[in-house]
Amino acid sequence: MTDINHWVNLLVDLISLISLIGGLFFLFVGTVGLLRLPDVFTRLHATTKCDTLGAGLVLLSLALQSAPAVGIRLALIVVFIIVTNPTAAHVIARAAYQTGNRPIIGRRSPDD
Amino acid sequence: MSVAQILQFSYNLGAILVMLMIFLSLVRALKGPTAPDRVAAINIIGTKTVVIITLIARIYEQTYFLDVAMVYALMSFITTVGVAKYLEKGALD
Repeated sequence: MTDINHWVNLLVDLISLISLIGGLFFLFVGTVGLLRLPDVFTRLHATTKCDTLGAGLVLLSLALQSAPAVGIRLALIVVFIIVTNPTAAHVIARAAYQTGNRPIIGRRSPDD
Repeated sequence: MSVAQILQFSYNLGAILVMLMIFLSLVRALKGPTAPDRVAAINIIGTKTVVIITLIARIYEQTYFLDVAMVYALMSFITTVGVAKYLEKGALD
């Protein structure tokens, strides 16, 4: 019986570790997109999805390691991030479009 | 070295890495050609700060930090919406 518990704990730890590494990877990809892409709309496109998924995976990794009461609070934070992050990106994109920014069509200039 | 110890070390390392990513995002907030670039960078910094607060809650075993993280996410969202509305209309009404 304790043997099964040992293996289950090991499996949960491994899933948690993989989820943490994946979350950090997606957060890093979002940061690279924010730095490298040419205009506001592509930057929002990169960062919103990558950061939502990255934060969700890191918080999933923490929720697997904690007590159920703490896990519910972490799940609430994840649901809140999933609802608000695309909303914020939409509001920013609409403000950018209304104030005269337009997406870059075609190739970007090499000195940008 | 067991998996649980590796996981504990990874949480510490992950908090440091997220902090470095916040500094990288701050480059865009300082440099960004237009105002919406800066607002987007600040929004991303807010999300990463929520992640770092929850990681610190796990590292120091203080569960009430999670409430801090939730309130921080709420304030970050309201700030972003407010600044975006201000950019769009030129006034907050």
